[in-house]
Amino acid sequence: MRDYLYTEKMAVGYGGQVLIEDICLHLRRGEIMTLIGPNGSGKSTILRSIIRQIAPIRGTVYLDGRPMESMAAMDIARRLSVLMTDRVHPELMTCRDVAATGRYPYTGKLGLLTPADREKVDEALEMVHGEELADRDFARISDGQRQRVLLARALCQEPEVIVLDEPTSFLDIRYKLELLSILKDMVRRRDLAVLMSLHELDLAQKVSDRVACVHNHAIDRCGTPEEIFTAGYILELYDAARGSYNPDFGCLELEPPAGAPQVFVIGGGGSGIPVYRRLQRQGVPFAVGVLHENDLDYPVAKALAAAVISEDAFAPIGEEAFHAAAERMMSCSGVLCPLSAFGPMNEKNRLLRELAEREGKLL
Amino acid sequence: MKQARSRCLGAFLLLLVLLAALVVWNINAGSVPLSGAEILRILFSPADGSTEYGIVRTLRLPRICAAVILGGGLSVSGFLLQTFFANPIAGPFVLGISSGAKLAVSLVMIFLLSRGTAAGSTVLIGAAFGGAMLSMGFILAVSRRVKRMSMLVVCGVMIGYICSAITDFAVTFAADSNIVNLHNWSMGSFSGIYWDSVAVMAAVVGVSMALAFLLSKPIGAYQMGEVYAQNMGVNIRAFRLALILLSSVLSACVTAFAGPISFVGIAVPHLVKSLFGTAKPILIIPACFLGGAVFCLFCDLIARTAFAPTEVSISSVTAVFGAPVVIYMMAFRRGSSSP
Repeated sequence: MRDYLYTEKMAVGYGGQVLIEDICLHLRRGEIMTLIGPNGSGKSTILRSIIRQIAPIRGTVYLDGRPMESMAAMDIARRLSVLMTDRVHPELMTCRDVAATGRYPYTGKLGLLTPADREKVDEALEMVHGEELADRDFARISDGQRQRVLLARALCQEPEVIVLDEPTSFLDIRYKLELLSILKDMVRRRDLAVLMSLHELDLAQKVSDRVACVHNHAIDRCGTPEEIFTAGYILELYDAARGSYNPDFGCLELEPPAGAPQVFVIGGGGSGIPVYRRLQRQGVPFAVGVLHENDLDYPVAKALAAAVISEDAFAPIGEEAFHAAAERMMSCSGVLCPLSAFGPMNEKNRLLRELAEREGKLL
Repeated sequence: MKQARSRCLGAFLLLLVLLAALVVWNINAGSVPLSGAEILRILFSPADGSTEYGIVRTLRLPRICAAVILGGGLSVSGFLLQTFFANPIAGPFVLGISSGAKLAVSLVMIFLLSRGTAAGSTVLIGAAFGGAMLSMGFILAVSRRVKRMSMLVVCGVMIGYICSAITDFAVTFAADSNIVNLHNWSMGSFSGIYWDSVAVMAAVVGVSMALAFLLSKPIGAYQMGEVYAQNMGVNIRAFRLALILLSSVLSACVTAFAGPISFVGIAVPHLVKSLFGTAKPILIIPACFLGGAVFCLFCDLIARTAFAPTEVSISSVTAVFGAPVVIYMMAFRRGSSSP
């Protein structure tokens, strides 16, 4: 399948100053590509250059096989529409009016809407679940509703590509999820290509077919979410020296409290996670044991604990791990045991708990 | 949808009825009162040499036409500027564009009068346009530096003061015989306008209005902001240039004939938009013209008759009615998130 929108050795920036060079992005229809990267890395600049709001310094953007600079404004408008972060304050416009402005490339000299145009507008509003907003004043709806109406506006342009600049920025989680599911749905139903920038790594990981990382004045990497969202690379991308990134959960963890462990936690099966988080918040260094390497607790404990005593996946806890844990436990002043389920695999954890109880360390 | 359509229809009818009523009232009112029958006779019969005929045909009618054309042009000019700056408190008067035109016109007038020739209307419009563009250029330069609209308006008011000060200065040194005339004009007035001027202003405003109307599609897109307008296929540079030129021509034409007239450019578009319940340019541009005509006819009626035989300057009257509207707008603007 050929690329619908692609850039060839594009360099972008402001006032002749190159901010990002050698940009080669390739976008196919039916695909969502997301730009991620630190603040100020130039995600918006790239998007604004692609939609021709600012002129690229070098290189070319191709749309539907043709270089965009040689295309008429109307030809571009019928293929590419946008949803940008600029706040719009149209006066006295209903949401239907706002969505209808997207029909611009299709209406006549005076911009009058035909019944067919009106139908398309209603269709677009329906697609973003905005039918009930149609007659409401655009200035008096919530941010989430506004983004949906602007998305309907973009759809009214009947584009093949939609470019979105941080569409979820001002939204609470419910609207973030809603907007992205609508987008996903649109891509499937209309075979659209979507190019957007996102702040939220977890969402980018879930919604994107491909991810491009903007870093160090270049597209540092471009690939599937599985290739990009690895523990090491995300921290490198964001120059995050503190804390860690968990690719399985798509979440970030803060750095562990410094110092020798004061508390020992006997965890497992997810029971320990809130405890680890609480200790981290309170700044108490802690050790954890014994966790299986495939335990739900394990990645969080790895990120937050000063020490983790672990056992191989699917193997009963062995003597070696038990002794290491017991030794570690004795050097701590207190023991917490959020774990309440014991079985053949973690029998030794029950022994650890009994030991702590005997020593009077169990808190 | 249906509701909105009947509201617009009703609003247009209301404006037309008001316009008709004010035209009749304006013909009627004055130091020589006329009955309805007399007015009809004068309007639809050939010249009979009577004083009444002369008053209506050569004084009141051209003045009414001027108020209609210039009032309409001025409020459309305001609407275009508000679109350009994406702010409802922009207007030719507050941005100093009228004052720039006034300065240029008075300098040209004084210069020509001192040489013993009177300025023709084309020259005056040309001078006014030059002055308007000068102020406009200044405002545009300022708008690149200040992002807050309120500051831009303050700058515009300052430009207005500077231009007025220079105008006053120039008038002080003008020959005595010219001052009375010049003084009346520089305060803003529809008096002393005759048919030849009406023909010129009708041509200038008519053409500008037609062009503005043809721009209503991109204006509608531009109301969504520059980024979206550009994405929809509007050639932003050409469009912005067209807006500037049209609004300057309109306000220059008004200033050339009637002097600076305050607040019409802001108050009328606002009132019209509220009346119509929409800001769609395809409706609002003609509606602004009608609204401006009605507003100026009404204000001119008061200017002429309130303290008869003394005439008040039109600007004083429009300020009395227009400024409160502007204050109300600033205080109760919806979505007041933008400065």
